[in-house]
Amino acid sequence: MKMTFQDIILTLQNFWAKQNCLIVQPYDVEKGAGTLNPMTFLRSIGPEPWNVAYVEPSRRPADGRYGENPNRLYQHHQFQVIMKPSPDNIQELYLDSLRQLGIEPLEHDIRFVEDNWEHPGLGAWGLGWEVWLDGMEITQFTYFQQVGGLECKPVAVELTYGLERLASYIQEKENVFDLEWVNGYTYGDVFLQPEYEHSKYTFELSDVDMLFNLYNTYEAEAKRLMKERLVYPAYDYVLKCSHTFNLLDARGVISVTERAGYIARVRNLSREVAQTYYAERERLGFPLLQKGNNGAVVEKGENSNE
Amino acid sequence: MSKRDLLLEVGLEEMPARFVALAAAQLKEKVEKWLAAERIPFDQIISMESPRRFAVLIHGLAEKQPDRNDEAKGPARKIAQDEAGNWSKAALGFARSNGVEPDQLYFKDVNGVEYVHARKSEAGKETKTLLPQLADVIAGMNFPKNMRWGANDLKYVRPIRWMVALFGEEVIELEIAGVKSGRISRGHRFLGTDVEINSPAEYASKLAEQHVMVNPEERRATIVEQIRRMEQENGWKIPMDEGLLDEVVHLVEYPTALYGTFEEEFLTIPREVLVTSMREHQRYFPVENAQGQLLNHFVTVRNGDSRALENVAKGNEKVLRARLSDARFFYVEDQKLPIENCLKRLETIVFHEELGTIGDKVRRVRKTAAQIAEKLGVSQEEAKQVDRIAEIAKFDLVTNMVGEFPELQGIMGEDYARKAGENEIVAGGVFEHYLPRFAGDLTPKSAQGAIVSLADKLDTIIGIFSIGIVPTGSQDPYGLRRMAAGIVTILLERGWQLSLDQLWDATLETYAAQGVNKRTVEEVKKDLVDFFGLRLKNVLQENGVRYDVVDAVLSADLSYVPEILAKAKALMTAVSDEEFKLIVEQFNRVNNLAQKAEADQVDEALFVEDVERGLYQAYLSVQQEVAGLKDQEKALATLAILREPIKAFFDKVMVMAEDQAVRANRLGLLLRLSRLIFAYADFSKLVFA
Repeated sequence: MKMTFQDIILTLQNFWAKQNCLIVQPYDVEKGAGTLNPMTFLRSIGPEPWNVAYVEPSRRPADGRYGENPNRLYQHHQFQVIMKPSPDNIQELYLDSLRQLGIEPLEHDIRFVEDNWEHPGLGAWGLGWEVWLDGMEITQFTYFQQVGGLECKPVAVELTYGLERLASYIQEKENVFDLEWVNGYTYGDVFLQPEYEHSKYTFELSDVDMLFNLYNTYEAEAKRLMKERLVYPAYDYVLKCSHTFNLLDARGVISVTERAGYIARVRNLSREVAQTYYAERERLGFPLLQKGNNGAVVEKGENSNE
Repeated sequence: MSKRDLLLEVGLEEMPARFVALAAAQLKEKVEKWLAAERIPFDQIISMESPRRFAVLIHGLAEKQPDRNDEAKGPARKIAQDEAGNWSKAALGFARSNGVEPDQLYFKDVNGVEYVHARKSEAGKETKTLLPQLADVIAGMNFPKNMRWGANDLKYVRPIRWMVALFGEEVIELEIAGVKSGRISRGHRFLGTDVEINSPAEYASKLAEQHVMVNPEERRATIVEQIRRMEQENGWKIPMDEGLLDEVVHLVEYPTALYGTFEEEFLTIPREVLVTSMREHQRYFPVENAQGQLLNHFVTVRNGDSRALENVAKGNEKVLRARLSDARFFYVEDQKLPIENCLKRLETIVFHEELGTIGDKVRRVRKTAAQIAEKLGVSQEEAKQVDRIAEIAKFDLVTNMVGEFPELQGIMGEDYARKAGENEIVAGGVFEHYLPRFAGDLTPKSAQGAIVSLADKLDTIIGIFSIGIVPTGSQDPYGLRRMAAGIVTILLERGWQLSLDQLWDATLETYAAQGVNKRTVEEVKKDLVDFFGLRLKNVLQENGVRYDVVDAVLSADLSYVPEILAKAKALMTAVSDEEFKLIVEQFNRVNNLAQKAEADQVDEALFVEDVERGLYQAYLSVQQEVAGLKDQEKALATLAILREPIKAFFDKVMVMAEDQAVRANRLGLLLRLSRLIFAYADFSKLVFA
């Protein structure tokens, strides 16, 4: 029995839960990658320890192919792990997670190939690898160095598994729509129609004027909320800006020069959000510093009546 | 003196392949430097490395520093002591700086003067007590890209996970970023286990037992041997790409080469696309038959042994199949796009914010190319081809394939243009206009391609210069040096009589017409003279031209590149001749006095002496003869004829005559002569032994 898509998710969740990661659910605002989830973007800022794992449906409008391409998707799924500070044995933990999925390293070729990650829109960069399984990139492995323009201290490590790629390898399928979600249900049963419709919308039917207006509206709202120092609502609007930009970009209505300008606007917002988040956590006395990595309260502060 | 071996191994998470060899070489260099500074002798030091470690092994490291017994010389007696024999401040300072008490100072006679001296003796320290300093040496290494991890502040190439430091059988205690040294190293990530190293000498063999080839040469030889065997068994040819081999050597600790197969139908995709997919994206070696034709196989090198190789092959085949399916899809789709549609889309791609779109660039390049073609006097048909090349040279930038594989720009353009029915010269020109891409690369085959190559490179260089970006030091983001070198190479190879000035002007006009005027033409040209001067200097030096000859030809005239090289070569032959020095002396005399001239008027009626008339006649005839000469050796020989008349002139004539008119006339003659001679080269720059 090959592992189903659902089994893969459950196995990874169980494995990382045992490594003291909080298992949280996907965030409900459209985004291009699990990194943009506030559980990663905001929580990797500042000195507080943080271990978390979750699945993130990630929208990449430009990659939509009407459900006709065996490898490219409007929306794919990432399994995201963040551990801060990065544990000394993180590579070994990662390899153990592969063993849980039935991938025995001795019977494959697993390599850590240099990859420097950068997300200009988030003012974030890190160093690490893409992990190759028999020549296929299955995971991005990154030590965050900067997020929102702030130095990461301590450093968070991010693992991003490409679930469709992993599944297509494990199930030996050439076409992503043939993957088994559970026995009797294929990936196509679940996602083929939305793939087609989102592609159709993105490339043919999206209302460009409306999208430009939305971008400006979301940006203005984010700025207004920053003035109120409401980090999370402001960040939601930054995410909306980012997704709206992706839709416009996929529609081919943003020239190369303008492109840099739109990205810079998102970057400026996310920097501001990052700085405010840090300041707010500092004002609260970085509450999670009181806890150990497994979430248990290690030491009760004197004034613990909050 | 007794000795021990020393082993230092730094274990890390996988380093980027391109840094592995550099890291080991740097550790070796830094440790050697430290040993020299600490005066600890050793017999031999070698470095070793793999993706997860770099190490040095020192054979025969002394157990002790040698004792120090040096004599230092201080101030003279009269400065060191007053008349009463008390030590002066200077002497006390000298004692202190040498670590001795004043009463240990003594005097010694040096060339009849007495100087104060001190004997510095210091017992050598035990090496073992100094070795912990190596922690700073290791932590002080620098890499092109660094990172932090965990809660550490150290910035390093990748996280350090273990260290081995052994002096003989003894562990030297080091600590870096929370990692303490010991005698436990780690074996291959999957095939090995942790391993205890008892003494430095057994390091490589202990790791070998744990499936780590720590000597990169051994890994390289193993891979080459495995690939050669595969060639023999299958009757294949597998070209050994050294750059790829280097990378693969540093991606594995225990290499096993294997091959995979892809569907034959993919062989209809152009070879360059297949090779790029395999080599650049997957680090595979492409496979050819004995005739050099690409086959539907590839070779990859696994980091492991021969267990379950079929899994590895199958997985890699799957990845390549997906990539090639994409490539084939792009190839088919791209050919459905008419070139004219692609050209329209170039209008939306920005070349540079301040310089407009690629469409703007195409229009400028067409104008410049047309001017160059006209100056070269090409036929009407050729001129039309030049224009078509310039028009479509960039169309492939908007194709899917170049979007996916940017390194295939030009290559895909040529292929698509030919398939779209463009003329053979035009199709070839689309690729050739990028040439040469690097030193020693191919140059354009057709004159038409070469003309567009010049125009395109000039356009980029001058455009970027015009907005005030001029390469400095290692900063050359647009690769302008390479382009200028390309222009020089093409001009030399073609022997074209195009002056750099003409070429610059042609391009500058196109920018002026577009309204790019951030800097004045004069400012830009001044930078161009310096910039191209340096490229020419390099070209001449590469041709073995002496530095003073380089200076001489480059300070005279930068117009015609082929002429500059020919002159330099003529001068190189000339300077080896003893006589030539005498000729140059006469030339320089002319030049020195010519500086005093106010005008170049010469009136034959004002000549007093025959030698004046003789020199003037010689000047006229040499001037006439040199004017049409292409052969620079002959031109130099012709100028040399002037030596005798000049000498006769100076022997007989007092240039600075009382009569002002006569004097001015003589200076005018010298000025004309000097202009004629120094237009060839600045002879005053030549240096004779």
